[in-house]
Amino acid sequence: MSDEDDRRAKDRRDPQAPEKGSMPRRAGDSHRVRAAIRDELETLAEAKSDEPAPTPGEGRDPARTVIALENVSLGFDQPILEDVSFSAKGGETIVVVGESGTGKSTILKLLLRLLVPDKGRVCIDGDNITDLTFNEALEVRQKMGMVFQGAALFDSMTVFENIAYPLREHTKLTDDEIEERVREKLSFVDLEPEKVMDQMPAELSGGMRKRVGVARGMANNPEIMLYDEPTSGLDPLTTGTITYLILKLQRELGVTSVVVSHDIRSSFRMASKIALLAEKRIAFFGTPEEMTGSDDKYIREFLGGF
Amino acid sequence: MRDTLTLPPWNIDNLILARFNEAAKNGVYSLQEFFELAGKAFRFIFARPFYGGDTVQQMDEIGVKSLGIVLLTGFFTGMVLALQTSVQLQTFGATQYVGRLIAASMIRELGPVMAGLMVAGRVGSGIAAQLGSMRVTEQIDALNTLGTDPIKKLVTPRLLAALIMLPVLTIINDFAGILGGNVIAKLYVGIPTAAYWRTVFEQMVAGGFTFRYIPNDLIHGLVKPFVFGGIIALTGCHYGLKTTGGTEGVGVATTRTVVTASILILVVDYFITQILLAFLGS
Repeated sequence: MSDEDDRRAKDRRDPQAPEKGSMPRRAGDSHRVRAAIRDELETLAEAKSDEPAPTPGEGRDPARTVIALENVSLGFDQPILEDVSFSAKGGETIVVVGESGTGKSTILKLLLRLLVPDKGRVCIDGDNITDLTFNEALEVRQKMGMVFQGAALFDSMTVFENIAYPLREHTKLTDDEIEERVREKLSFVDLEPEKVMDQMPAELSGGMRKRVGVARGMANNPEIMLYDEPTSGLDPLTTGTITYLILKLQRELGVTSVVVSHDIRSSFRMASKIALLAEKRIAFFGTPEEMTGSDDKYIREFLGGF
Repeated sequence: MRDTLTLPPWNIDNLILARFNEAAKNGVYSLQEFFELAGKAFRFIFARPFYGGDTVQQMDEIGVKSLGIVLLTGFFTGMVLALQTSVQLQTFGATQYVGRLIAASMIRELGPVMAGLMVAGRVGSGIAAQLGSMRVTEQIDALNTLGTDPIKKLVTPRLLAALIMLPVLTIINDFAGILGGNVIAKLYVGIPTAAYWRTVFEQMVAGGFTFRYIPNDLIHGLVKPFVFGGIIALTGCHYGLKTTGGTEGVGVATTRTVVTASILILVVDYFITQILLAFLGS
């Protein structure tokens, strides 16, 4: 609990992504690279506002409902979620926002079937996953890539082994093919394979660890990506890079994503739709434009808080 | 599953009852979880995919790296046993039986129990701390998400490694103990090495045989560490996997593992001895 509060306090202290030109001067290359990324991010954001519906990648069907929560309730000692419903079509990015402790991360665990709802249904690709056996659930999870808040890299393994892990577990790829795939994923997240592959997770910076986490999550080429607080605890520049990465995944590969975040600014950049959780329920579900246009008191207050 | 009783708070009897009720429920629940874990871990020994590499790594971690402390504790236990028994036996003029006494107590009891307790302290705590921090940093969830059963990947290799390595460590511990006794018997009591070892083998023969060739002493001495290995690995994994509450929780899990495993080893030791005595007759 206090952990959560800490994080909140920290996020509040952090200034949001700086305006152009006000970027802190940092040594050499990394500065230029970051500026380039930021420019690209802005172009992406602009392109996004021009066309409301995101273009799906190869074979992704924007008309198909990929993720659906239907009237989901869950509680342990106290109720956490009550009657929560939302859905995502192919290629959409749903950002779940809300105050700390409203059960945002719980939604991701429900989607991964790490938790089973007391009431309601969770559907992935149209299949109800609530009544699956443990082994069937392991199979369904392979359609999904998850990026954890603290990256959750296996610290007994090198970066290479971490990313190769899902491939070695579930595919019959040869060692060469695996290495090629790991390099490809590392390049996708803008890390130099040669430099980081043999490092241990403990040797990496927070932002790099997150990016390796993204690379591991997408190693199996999943249709669905889930992100738990992808930008929390990161400096504004790295926040930009990660936001850019999530957008890139959606644009280039047509991945359907659910992002849990309380960083409203980056949320607006990424979201096809925003779900606002409050008082265990979905208080709002719609596009960012609808959200800013809303005159609901709580929503106004929530947006004003950022 | 674990709903708290709502009782009037002013009633002291009910408060105590409610607390007792809660504690009992938690205890039973925890026990149920433990046996579920144990059942799955044993079942997965025979189910694909096998994590051979992890098992070998754990055998190194549990077995090879415990060699030092097991040799050292065994050796000194044997030495002190020789000292004490020689003093007692002197009054009866029976110091030549030092070897028999040491062999009997090391092989049947002290070897397995000492090795078990030392490994519980070294390995049990290590397992709990490692799995606990993996739980706290969401690595267990990550395993689940990547489509791996954490029990299969983490618990079964540790269980298998402990089941295999504990008997091996025990034999080494027994030998170190008897050797320690040998040194003291020779230097302080004045028993020649050959005579000492003859009495050691006499004792092993005197215990009787099962299936004609296996000394009963050895059966006592090898069934126990096998069970202890299971206790250590499963207790460590159980507490490790259900760690909650951040880094502090990891500490709690570690302490609980060592305490629970040590107590279980001593209690179970008694019952195994009783059962084996009933079956083997000596």
